[in-house]
Amino acid sequence: MEHFTFTNAVVVDPEGGTQETGSLTVENGVITAVNAEQPTGNVVDCNGKYLAPGIVDIGVKVSEPGERHKESFQSAGRAAAAGGVTTMVTRPDTLPAIDTPEVLEFVSRRALIDSPVRVLPMAALTKGRDGREMTEIGFLQDAGAVAFTDCDRVVSDTKVYTRALTYARSLNALVISHIQEPILSEGAAVTSGKFAALKGLPAVSPMAERMGLDRDIAMIEMTGAKLHIDQITTARALPALERAKNNGLDITAGVSIHHLTLNELDVADYRTFFKVKPPLRSEDDRLAVIDALRHGLIDIISSMHTPQDEESKRLPFEQAASGAVALETLLPAAMRLVHSDGIDMPTLFRALSLNPSKRLGLETGRIAVGAPADLVLFDASAPFVMNRERLLSKSKNTPFDGARMQGKVLATFVGGTQVYGDH
Amino acid sequence: MTFRAKHLLGIEQLSPQDIRSILDLADQYADLNRRGEKRGDVLSGMTQINMFFENSTRTQSSFELAGKRLGADVMNMSMQTSSTKKGETLVDTALTLNAMRPDLLVVRHGSAGAVSLLADKVNCAVLNAGDGKHEHPTQALLDALAIRRAKGRLHRLNIAICGDIAHSRVARSNIILLGKMENRIRLVGPPTLVPSQMSEFGCEIYDNMAEGLKDVDVVMMLRLQKERMDGGFIPSEREFYHRYGLDHEKLSHAKDDAIVMHPGPMNRGVEIDGDVADDINRSVIQEQVEMGVAVRMAVMDLLARNLRETRKTQVMA
Repeated sequence: MEHFTFTNAVVVDPEGGTQETGSLTVENGVITAVNAEQPTGNVVDCNGKYLAPGIVDIGVKVSEPGERHKESFQSAGRAAAAGGVTTMVTRPDTLPAIDTPEVLEFVSRRALIDSPVRVLPMAALTKGRDGREMTEIGFLQDAGAVAFTDCDRVVSDTKVYTRALTYARSLNALVISHIQEPILSEGAAVTSGKFAALKGLPAVSPMAERMGLDRDIAMIEMTGAKLHIDQITTARALPALERAKNNGLDITAGVSIHHLTLNELDVADYRTFFKVKPPLRSEDDRLAVIDALRHGLIDIISSMHTPQDEESKRLPFEQAASGAVALETLLPAAMRLVHSDGIDMPTLFRALSLNPSKRLGLETGRIAVGAPADLVLFDASAPFVMNRERLLSKSKNTPFDGARMQGKVLATFVGGTQVYGDH
Repeated sequence: MTFRAKHLLGIEQLSPQDIRSILDLADQYADLNRRGEKRGDVLSGMTQINMFFENSTRTQSSFELAGKRLGADVMNMSMQTSSTKKGETLVDTALTLNAMRPDLLVVRHGSAGAVSLLADKVNCAVLNAGDGKHEHPTQALLDALAIRRAKGRLHRLNIAICGDIAHSRVARSNIILLGKMENRIRLVGPPTLVPSQMSEFGCEIYDNMAEGLKDVDVVMMLRLQKERMDGGFIPSEREFYHRYGLDHEKLSHAKDDAIVMHPGPMNRGVEIDGDVADDINRSVIQEQVEMGVAVRMAVMDLLARNLRETRKTQVMA
């Protein structure tokens, strides 16, 4: 195995909350020294660039099985490597849904063969993700499922949900939920407000998120289950989340990079690449969520990578599919939070790498002796104009096409092996 | 003439000067239309295709007549029975039509933004004849013309738009147009049908007709759009009529010379009383229909001029 030392790097340590110039030694795929007196093995001079724990991205859609023309493990894995994502935690909203150990094993096998980065699959919470019957949570866990989620579908039958949560608790399984109140949200393409009224688009009140969150908080208070909320995107939901955390419930919350860096006005003239689920929010909401991220109320940032082909997006806004690809744009977009919104680098990587690792019980996400050498080396300020045709994802549905961005991944390492970059 | 746009997709894109130019030309066409010999030739040799993805008799025939009076070859395509039913996407339909080299495309579609999506894919001038709950620009222009002719001006008027604002593209286009021309706009209706965000457009919102109509110059009634409603927005039509249907009693709160408008088709006994609709001293509803043809002639004339201009420069370049 390789043995090398990164020198002259600004090492971002989300656990210690520091970013200091120093060195990092890697042997046999793990970090063996931080700021060793003498570099050992091959020396990699980082020229003062940032070195941080690789991103652990919860909620990546790889369209296998079912829609390989949109994204495969190979294309998603390469995109992830190019984006500094060292672990993809994949979604089960495939065709068919990943709801049996057999399908899960197929996915794991495909991932192992084709993906240069780590893949940890999630499985559906209910069979077919249709909210009627829980999946074989135990078998799925044995087969490697790291969390259970019906993705953007809400289990609206509270009896089914109670049982699934109670059963999941007995296995200490993490459940991930989407909290947008489904009936109020049905058919909505944007968030209600002046913009929605001007554009004449079907809209949902941001309060739909609060309603769903309140319900889920009651559900875990009742069942004692371990819950992660996939995305909290509105100011009105934050006090409820804070209360639940203060009351000692086992709850964490995520947000997508799009809700942190874009707002509803970006949809502009019906640009369907900006149609995501839940819909983009007001600027006030965006700022409130950034603030919650800064204070640790929001735990995790994810890409919510959702590949869609041209045909599903080249439609009137109401009919167009939701979702955006983001594995490769996650880090440069997150740099906007550093450059413009006052988020510091350790705080950012706490949400990108450390917290998702901790929530899933992984060793990654840390700069510590003995931790896996999953690392990303990047230039935080290198400017570029995003060109969607150059994405490695099979689908090119990014809202950042043509955007001026800063922050380039120079190299990505998974378990000490370089999976991207020239170094 | 300042109106230089390639398409007419919404009122939002127009400046007050654009609006005045269109209305001035429409005024001339309105006079022309009252003569015996109506046929002009400004669109002669041009092909106009009316694509209506949603049913419409009034608007489609108004566009058809406007095109024919200007000398265009007009074709109506009923999109509800066409290949879109066989799964063809809107963009493919647009490309197919574009290959037939039309000059003017008049489009109505059930989804907001669909017409602008289509306009991006074709080389001809596109007119929005209504897209979902977004805009219906020629309706707002014809309403403006009817108001201007009845009141002698199109600014500093108190205008009440009443009824189903939430589902109405007509309301949206009118709010934008009348706002651009510096009028005071009131929206009157039950809160389930008047989105509160509308106050951000500078409108005053009332849920009581007597207060909402007090001292207004123009009362614009809207049709209850039952086909766009997904569920109960009002308890019943009779309660709606009782509280919001325009009758002479409610109209008495408006100025004595206030005019009554309705984009049609009317539901008599739901949003408007038959006597008010037929009152020749107050109702300009028939005039609106007449102005509809004139405004559409004016818009198509201007778009055709711009199209010729563009093609000329393309040839030279």
